Order: sequence, then C-alpha cells, then structure tokens
Amino acid sequence: MDNLGIFFGLLGAALATFLAGTGSAIGVGRAGVAASGVLAEDPSKFGKVLIFQLLPATQGIYGLLVAFLILSNIGVLGGDPNISVTKGLLYLAASLPIAFAGLFSAIYQGNCSVAGIGTISKRPDQFGKTILLPAMVETYAILALLVSMLAVFNIPGLNL
Amino acid sequence: MKKDYTYAVARIRSRELSLLSRQDIDNLINSKSYDDCLQYLYDKGFGTEEQETDVSALLSCEREKIWSLMAELTDDLSPFDVFRYSDDFHNLKVSVKAVTRDVNPFGMLMQNGTVSGEKIYDAIKAHSYKDLPDHLQQTAQQAMTTLLQTGDGQLCDVIIDTACLKAIYKKASETNSDVIKLYAELTVASADIKTAVRCEKTGKSLDFILDALAPCNSVNITLLAKAAAKSLDDIFNYLSTTSYASAVDALKASPSAFEKWCDDKLIDSIKPQKSEPFTIGPLAAYIIARENEIKAVRLILSAKLNDLDSNAVNERLRDMYV
Repeated sequence: MDNLGIFFGLLGAALATFLAGTGSAIGVGRAGVAASGVLAEDPSKFGKVLIFQLLPATQGIYGLLVAFLILSNIGVLGGDPNISVTKGLLYLAASLPIAFAGLFSAIYQGNCSVAGIGTISKRPDQFGKTILLPAMVETYAILALLVSMLAVFNIPGLNL
Repeated sequence: MKKDYTYAVARIRSRELSLLSRQDIDNLINSKSYDDCLQYLYDKGFGTEEQETDVSALLSCEREKIWSLMAELTDDLSPFDVFRYSDDFHNLKVSVKAVTRDVNPFGMLMQNGTVSGEKIYDAIKAHSYKDLPDHLQQTAQQAMTTLLQTGDGQLCDVIIDTACLKAIYKKASETNSDVIKLYAELTVASADIKTAVRCEKTGKSLDFILDALAPCNSVNITLLAKAAAKSLDDIFNYLSTTSYASAVDALKASPSAFEKWCDDKLIDSIKPQKSEPFTIGPLAAYIIARENEIKAVRLILSAKLNDLDSNAVNERLRDMYV
C-alpha cells in the first residue's frame, strides 16, 4: 500500500495513452477505409486523402505526451518514485480530460474525415474548405490537452 | 452487427462523378445523329471495348456493370434484392409463357435477377417449383396453373406482377434503409395507381382490381379499387387525399407524365444520400440513379433512331441525380 501513489499516477498515464490512442486508432482506421475506397477509383488523390486520414491521429499523440509528463513527474522515468496517494490521485484526475476528450473527439473527427474524403473525391477543388470541418473537432482535443498539461505541470508544486 | 459501408460509399462517391449530368443529357439530345450519341456515350464510359451499337446490348451491358460493381463492393447483395426482383418476375413471366407455348425464351430473359433466368425456365419446364427461390415458388405454381387452366395470359401477368410488387415491398420492409423502403413504397404505390387507372379504362370488376393491387402504406388499396370501379374522377378525388395529390395533374395528362412524376419524386427524395457517408443508402441511391440514367439514354437513343422531335424527348426526360 506504500506505493499506491505511484499506482494511481501510472493509472492516469495508462488511461491517457489507452483511451486517446483507442480513439485515434478508430478514427484513423475509419478514415483509412474511406480513403482506400477513393484510391481504388482514383489513386491520384492519395496526398489529399492521407491528410484527412491523419487528422484523428493527433489525439493519440496528445495522450502519449500527457502520459510521458506524468511518468516523468512521478519518478518512473528516473528520480524519486515516492509520491503521496493524494498526488497520485491528482495525476489520475489530470489525465482524464485528454483520455476521454481524446477518445471521443478522435472517433468523431474520424467520422468527419470520412465525410470529407467523400466530398473531395467528387470536388477535389474544395480541399481547403473541406479540411477545416474535421479540423474543428481538434479544438476540443487541444482544450483537453491544455487542461491536462496545466494540471500535470502544477501538481508537483502543491504542498500535499 | 450493423454492416459498415464506409469503403463502398467512398468508391460510390468517385463513381458518381461519371454519372450523366443534365448537361450530358442535353448534349446527347443535341447530337446530330444516333452515331454521334453513341460516340458521346462511349466517351463517357458506356459499353465495352467492343462498342455495342445496339441499344439493348449497350444498356444491358450498363446494367450488368451496376451489379458487378455492387458485387465488388459488398459480399452480400441480398439487401439490394428489391431492385432485382423485377428481373426475377420478368423471367418467371417469360418462362411460364414459353413453357406453355413451347417456345425458346432465352433471348428474352433478363440477366440481373437474384437467380438466373435459365434456372427459372428449367424449374418451370420440369414443374419443379421447389427449385425456385422462396419468393417465386408459390407465384410460379399459381401462374402456371392459371395459364394452363384458363389460357388467360392477362390474368397470368396480373398474378405475377402483383406478386412481384408484394415481394419487393416485403423485402424492403426487412431492411433498415430508408432509401430502399422509399423505393419500394413509390414503386408499389405508382404501380397500384397505374393499374387502377388502366382497370377503370378497361371496365374491370372490383374483385379483379382488388386482386391486381398490392398493399402499401401510402395508398389504401380498398379505397383506390372502389374508386377505380366507379370512375377516373373518383380515382383523382381519392388520390387528392393522399400524398400523391400533386401527381393528379400528371396522371390526368398521361400515364407517361405520371411515371415521370414518380421517377422525379424518387430522384428528389434520394438526393440527401449524396452527403451520407456510412450506410447502404448511397449505394441504393446509385443503383436508382444509374437505372434512371439508363432509362434516359434509352429514350434519347430510341428518339434518335426514329427521328423524334427533341421537345417530345425533353418532356419525358426525368431529373438526373447529379
């Protein structure tokens, strides 16, 4: 029970990576299926559909970033691994925004990318406008990343 | 588990680019000759490398392309059976008549049914109805018995046509696709209305009319049959109380104007599928759009062959999907 603080910290890092990564995998996979459909008919659109496919990948990277910061702060990557249970729980709480917002935003961004891929398969000249629509979903993943990072950065300074 | 059509829809989006637009149709109408029309169609990808010059061969090749694409896009074609049943029942009609008159039906069989026309003919010839798919068995037996006992070809046609509509409606009700349901609803309702008008004009009895109509949600066939047994005005009055009120003027004008109204309504209703990325809807819409396109090309080519006025063609042309 002495290491419960580390356990909660690790759980936070795992959730950030697992949930955000799962969302990205679903989103990128879904967009990839649609991209393959377009490429089967018109391989010249590879560059355009690839960008749409990659849009939902960022949430997984955000999750990884937050997980890395947590692992670094709790001493798993070096330094003193002794942190209190309260701080461990705080790291767990800090990981939740990017974990859940990452999961859902990546899935919905994937859906939006699929629709965008369908649009540019017919109107490639509208690429600039079409790419903005799934990119809007990214806003909420970035907001969640911001909150998670602010929390993770400031937890060590708390006197708990 | 709900089937995912993401890949298929993405491919269909690219294929929609090659659908004939209204401008293509205008160019076809304004072509100087039948050969110019054919050349325009070849340039648009119609036909095969052999460049078929016969209208039927060219368009039957296009219909086969639709179904080979669908077979490529999905491993299960059964959700699209509603579009293929008409070929099955056409083949059944041809087979029943060919067997009773001892003639060769092979040039008249359609190729895109759920089962091959030859198989239907063989089963009918051998009176082995159990070899037929479920949706044909009972109708085949009933049509064959009726034709053999009465020699009434029209009654035989009515039995098969009504069974076809019922089968389409039943199959559509089993799917989750609004497009397929709408297609079935409009197909059955418009066929019922056309049948009612035809029965009124030929003075058929109420019982005959009731047997010839297939039930659907948008038309009460009992009321429609009663109206058809009285007069055309009664049919128009009844339709004015349904969702087909705006079709009454077209129906008064001519049967072809009514058919155009129905096709345009269907095309208009499936247009939202252009922005649907995941479901079977865009695939069904593509099939409807291609069939509509084939119908338009057939009309234009026939008009070119017979030197018909382009205004007459324009009046009959349906709206296009793209």
